[in-house]
Amino acid sequence: MNVVVTLPRQGVAAAWRAAARLAISHRIAPERIDWNGGGGLFAGGPLPEQPGGHRLRVSRDFLRLADAVVWHASPERFALLYEALWRLDRQDGAPLSQADPLGRRLGLMAKSVGRDIHKLHAFLRFREFPSGGERRAFGAWFEPEHDTLEPAVPFFVGRFADMDWLIATPRLTARFENGRLSFAAGGVRPDWPDDASEALWATYFTSIFNPARVKLAAMRSEMPKKYWRNLPETRLIPAMLADAGRRVERMRAASASPPRAGAAAVSARYRAGLPAPAEWPDDLGQARQAAMQCRRCGLCEAATQTVWGEGDPQAPVMVVGEQPGDREDLAGRPFVGPAGRLLREIMAAQGLDPGSAWLTNAVKHFKFVPRGKRRLHQNPDRREIDHCRWWLGLELAFIRPRIVLALGASAAFALTGDERPLSRRRGAFEAGLHGGPVLVSWHPSYILRTPDPGEQARLRRELAADIAAALARAGDSAAMPPPPAMPP
Amino acid sequence: MKRSLKERLAILSDAAKYDASCASSGGEKRDSRKGGIGSSGGSGICHAYTPDGRCISLLKILMTNFCIFDCAYCINRVSSNVERARFSVDEVVTLTLEFYRRNYIEGLFLSSGIIRSPDQTMADMVRIARTLRERHGFKGYIHLKTIPDASPELVREAGLWADRLSVNVELPRDASLRRFAPEKRPETIRAAMAQMRLEREAAKERSFTGRAAPRFAPAGQSTQMIVGADGADDVAILSAATRLYGGYRLRRVYYSAFSPIPEASAALPLVKPPLMREHRLYQADWLMRFYGFSAEEIATGARKGHLDLDIDPKLAWALQHRARFPLDVNRAPRELLLRVPGFGVRTVDRIIAARRHGALRFDDLVRIGAAMRKAQPFVSLPGWSPRGLTDSAALRARFAPAPEQLALL
Repeated sequence: MNVVVTLPRQGVAAAWRAAARLAISHRIAPERIDWNGGGGLFAGGPLPEQPGGHRLRVSRDFLRLADAVVWHASPERFALLYEALWRLDRQDGAPLSQADPLGRRLGLMAKSVGRDIHKLHAFLRFREFPSGGERRAFGAWFEPEHDTLEPAVPFFVGRFADMDWLIATPRLTARFENGRLSFAAGGVRPDWPDDASEALWATYFTSIFNPARVKLAAMRSEMPKKYWRNLPETRLIPAMLADAGRRVERMRAASASPPRAGAAAVSARYRAGLPAPAEWPDDLGQARQAAMQCRRCGLCEAATQTVWGEGDPQAPVMVVGEQPGDREDLAGRPFVGPAGRLLREIMAAQGLDPGSAWLTNAVKHFKFVPRGKRRLHQNPDRREIDHCRWWLGLELAFIRPRIVLALGASAAFALTGDERPLSRRRGAFEAGLHGGPVLVSWHPSYILRTPDPGEQARLRRELAADIAAALARAGDSAAMPPPPAMPP
Repeated sequence: MKRSLKERLAILSDAAKYDASCASSGGEKRDSRKGGIGSSGGSGICHAYTPDGRCISLLKILMTNFCIFDCAYCINRVSSNVERARFSVDEVVTLTLEFYRRNYIEGLFLSSGIIRSPDQTMADMVRIARTLRERHGFKGYIHLKTIPDASPELVREAGLWADRLSVNVELPRDASLRRFAPEKRPETIRAAMAQMRLEREAAKERSFTGRAAPRFAPAGQSTQMIVGADGADDVAILSAATRLYGGYRLRRVYYSAFSPIPEASAALPLVKPPLMREHRLYQADWLMRFYGFSAEEIATGARKGHLDLDIDPKLAWALQHRARFPLDVNRAPRELLLRVPGFGVRTVDRIIAARRHGALRFDDLVRIGAAMRKAQPFVSLPGWSPRGLTDSAALRARFAPAPEQLALL
């Protein structure tokens, strides 16, 4: 026996799903169902009322596809979907694959529906009506390509909850009043009064257009002409285009114009208020200010900012690392990344409050190579360290620490000029270029990179011992007065 | 006499159009069913298109085009003779809400000339965003331009109200920015970007009490670079973009072909760069963000530092790496399929889904939507082998537009 199914105009998605579930449970073949309510040659009865014995479970992909395709304007939409369901049940090929002719056809139908819903969200224009009540009232007319008002309407419910509105289409009208949504039959294009805001919108549309770069094809592919009828702004396009050439020509003819009188004084006054780098800084603050604008080597171009030292400007202990890392570069502060946390932890454990020392780096800009989304640290080269010794020298000259702790080979080289490897030097006091003592130790990031846990613990103990030794030397005031301030 | 609202809207939207960004995507999901007006989240909507092919998603305006800076590339610089205007806080708020209620826009993109000082300008812009959010319960999208050298506290508050923040690097090289925009400093612009990244990361972490940190620009940050105003080549532009994406986790870098402006400064070229150059840069940017290409790899397909204007950058790369092709479409992993000219991300996803059900043939790929005219020299399938085509010296000529025949005078 053949079957005729009549689906309602509204709520068709749920109705089709219920009917298809019923039909497949009786294993009714696709060619025996007329999904368009009979009429014509096809004669048959309704679907059985009770479900049959066959159960089918389908993937979410199919439900998602069906939820879009049911709104398509094509009269074949329900039959094609049922055909796919039938083949899924029979395990006949892959009817949802885009390589399958049926799957591709359904995929294109779903895409067309999705696009139509999107365009309804985009190109619908409300006009305000006079309203007696507290809520403002708006109405819109739209002509979608498919039956997309119903699936499109939840978007408007979520967005325009505090106003009353109606959206009329040729097939269906949606009405939202006092927070309640209802549907009624569609109609013809209403003749609504003008809305004053449309004139402002027209002003905006014409002014935001750049006449120097006309790209008509790009506009038409995104805003197809079939939607233009109900878009107030599209009426302006011919005049905008006609004028575009003239506007560009006028621009060219005007060419460079003389500057407005008095303008130079305004921007000069602003520039005069900006911090200017002192050539010979008189104190630590001036030195920092000048360093923030450093361009002595090329590192400043890629790095975010100069990372100056921080801590106590009268600190007896100065700790010098290699260069800022990724986190330090972003935050603009030294030793705030993982290695910095380890250093601060070990310092605190040895009784040296990080805030009472001066923490800084031999090189003040981060050097890296980008790898995907990460920035991989690179060692500064000799030239970069040489350039940056100017700033390190200023820090030493103004802080005059009693002891400097050099962490890692770059810091040791910057402070002593000695390039020998670290392993034989660590833990010994050396003479710094600035005239004071320098104690060489491990860099905390080297400790973190050491894979063997036993080895790592040893390096950590040695760094702790060196910090303690530096602290003892600094506290031992009889051992050595602070070195004289040296010209850097 | 004071200008009408309409006249000022014309001036202040005309002044805003050189900023390419109009995206309203990627914000947090929210709607007005529990009060207020508006919604956001998802992929954003373009409500209209102007004949320049650009979309209108947001009301993109300047708060004012009075400015004390003198940036040579900008129509609003202090020395320009352009007409000046200013909106009040309430005017911007009302325009935004009335446009929004008529479904013209997704929200507001507010920028401004700098008046008095960066901090005062930023504070006024923040007040507009706060008024929309707090007084009117506006749930739509807000994009605020961060004023260079505004204080970190104001940037933090801006992030509390805005979905997206952006500060423009303007030019790919520090030296050109210092030359063309003497009041701007590249290091403080980068520091602002770094702050926005750190604030966003902090906002995503929960404190030890389990309470969420204050919100900060959930749709992230973007920036814009002007192409063709200085001498930087495409490879330099793309490597600058790589540093910006990696360092500051930008959602987008916009490339804006330098557009000759009315009242142009004598410091700048009056010729416009080809729009095709901007298009190729966007394609290359896409390859870096979604196809796993690095700037160095794209550079191997460039000529003298510039992307090939006649063919797209993926094809240009493939022509320089023919030894990697043809690729067996039924076996190749995703990351290699993405390198085939003519295969987009969607196509590759469909291929991977479809080949589980059996070996794909040439016609299947056509049905899937692959651009096979472009892809065929680079793939092999049952029944299809490109044979000598992959290595053919004439391969580039198949895709590049025919050289123009010169006419005799």
